[in-house]
Amino acid sequence: MSLVNPAGPRGRRPRRIGSPTSIMIYGILIVAAVYYLIPLYVMVMTSLKGMPEIRLGNIFSPPVEVTFQPWATAWNSACTGLYCEGIKVGFFNSMKILVPSVIFSIIIASVNGYALSNWRFKGSELFFTALIFGAFIPYQVMLYPLVIITRELGIFGTLTGVIVIHTIFGMPILTLLFRNYFVSLPPELFKAARVDGAGFWRIFLQIMLPMSLPIFVVAVILQVTGIWNDFLFGVIFAGTKNFPMTVQLNNIVNSTQGVKEYNVNMAATILTGAVPLLVYFFSGKYFVRGIAAGAVKG
Amino acid sequence: MTQLHSVSIKDLSLNFGSVGVLKDLNIDVADGEFLVLLGPSGCGKSTLLNCIAGLLDISEGQIFIKGKNVTWEEPKDRGIGMVFQSYALYPQMTVEKNLSFGLRVAGLPKAEIAKRIAAAAEILQIGPLLHRKPAELSGGQRQRVAIGRALVRDVDVFLFDEPLSNLDAKLRSELRVEIKRLHQKLANTMIYVTHDQIEALTLADRIAVMKGGLIQQLDDPLTIYNRPRNLFVASFIGSPAMNFLKGEIGGNSAGPVFKANGLDISLASYAAQQPLPFGRAAIFGFRPEHIAIGDAPGPTGRSSPATVDLDEPMGADSLVWLKVAGKPISVRVDSGRRYQPGEKVFLTFNPNLASVFDAESEIRI
Repeated sequence: MSLVNPAGPRGRRPRRIGSPTSIMIYGILIVAAVYYLIPLYVMVMTSLKGMPEIRLGNIFSPPVEVTFQPWATAWNSACTGLYCEGIKVGFFNSMKILVPSVIFSIIIASVNGYALSNWRFKGSELFFTALIFGAFIPYQVMLYPLVIITRELGIFGTLTGVIVIHTIFGMPILTLLFRNYFVSLPPELFKAARVDGAGFWRIFLQIMLPMSLPIFVVAVILQVTGIWNDFLFGVIFAGTKNFPMTVQLNNIVNSTQGVKEYNVNMAATILTGAVPLLVYFFSGKYFVRGIAAGAVKG
Repeated sequence: MTQLHSVSIKDLSLNFGSVGVLKDLNIDVADGEFLVLLGPSGCGKSTLLNCIAGLLDISEGQIFIKGKNVTWEEPKDRGIGMVFQSYALYPQMTVEKNLSFGLRVAGLPKAEIAKRIAAAAEILQIGPLLHRKPAELSGGQRQRVAIGRALVRDVDVFLFDEPLSNLDAKLRSELRVEIKRLHQKLANTMIYVTHDQIEALTLADRIAVMKGGLIQQLDDPLTIYNRPRNLFVASFIGSPAMNFLKGEIGGNSAGPVFKANGLDISLASYAAQQPLPFGRAAIFGFRPEHIAIGDAPGPTGRSSPATVDLDEPMGADSLVWLKVAGKPISVRVDSGRRYQPGEKVFLTFNPNLASVFDAESEIRI
């Protein structure tokens, strides 16, 4: 007879909390988090201080006297070059650029992706390759030709101009994103819809679109953050009146007259960064999914 | 055309680049016939079905449905309904919307749509499910809805692309019976693709066994099973599989004999397609159930000694693995008697039901 010890381990294996591995992992994570949070902390604290307090030089200390005046100044009356109407002008300009650019680029790219995945035509692979290749050409190479093209079209220095540019430059990555998503949908759905007599647009609008919400969310996130953060196209193609928020921020921070109002600069910077920050904050899960979808398949 | 076929395929070829997927196929399907396309994966059976449906453009040849040349027609204009392996139900639509989608596309009046859905729901017993989404249905229910989607289109020809392959064994046999019943009731022409020979044998009026883009044999199930035209068909059909012995055809005073490793099997009663070529290398194929097993040599003296290797009881019967003339073969026996490994038994072959193939061309002799 074999001996069985009833007092031995039984049931679920206990988790060890203080193991060296987990201490290491959490330690590194905390250090990394603190490292990235410190600049944000300094910015928020500085933006809540008055100028006298800032001159004391204690950038890490919280404000003794909390004031929201720098935020109001940054929004309403900070000087961007000649005008002193605050960064709100840039905010509304950015919105005017952002909304149509996001909508147009996503509409066109989703149809592209759908056509390239389900309606293969002669040369469609070549077309797709060429489109993707576009993603690897540095923007700087194309700037001068684009300036000339938009000038000839009469849209240089206009809102339309910068929207067209954003829409075009969104194409490669968005088409790739949509194509990969539509390829991953069961092809039999498409076949069934064709047997049912549905055509190109009906299959797209009634069958494919309702199944594609996740990828549209991803595309919106990519485009909103990308276009909002853009500086180069805005400064070149939008024209002085339509400078987006990033350009206005630069003008506020780099204006050389008088005293540097660090609190106003910090407030303006946070305001500018708030949009992508909020987008990341509320949609991190989708964002990661989209990046993964674009990266793994293709 | 002398006779009006439901579906006629003439000299159909399909090439992807330089790869020939389907090669010069000719099939005529009679009105109301249940044709099964059977073959291993990659044999082109699903591709052929997609060609008939119009979902793939063919390279050569013609397709006729109900006497009309549909070679260049869109799928919706071919008078076909199709059922897919993955059901392919539109996930965001209710069952009712799934069924009516094609009809709405075609612009049928609402009353007519409602009538057809009611009729299909009645036949398939999916009435209570009409307002559910596909995600809320079980596999069997989904496939029923998929069949319903073909049904409401009121078409001449039903195309099934491995419709039962995603279901578990029990549901599969249930739905198999239902499809057969549906065919008896509707009497539509049905073309059914499967790699499951049981489905093929039970459902088909005729089976087309395919391999490498070619039809190996097109016959009724019993002929396919009992008189396979070549070695591939013989080995593909039947579970447990047919036994094969390599040897050659010889002759003695009693008539032609198959000789292998000192084993002599008389072919006197074998119904040959052509005069048996004496001295030629051949393969003797016989099904496990077409062989008699005994404890003593038979009275005719024509039985061969064998040794039991393994006994596999399968409930209704047992499969006994034996060694005869040094080769392993399997024999299906009544499950009442168990065999011990090493036991000596005697086998009597039945050349009537056997198949002899030329060893080189692998064609039935």
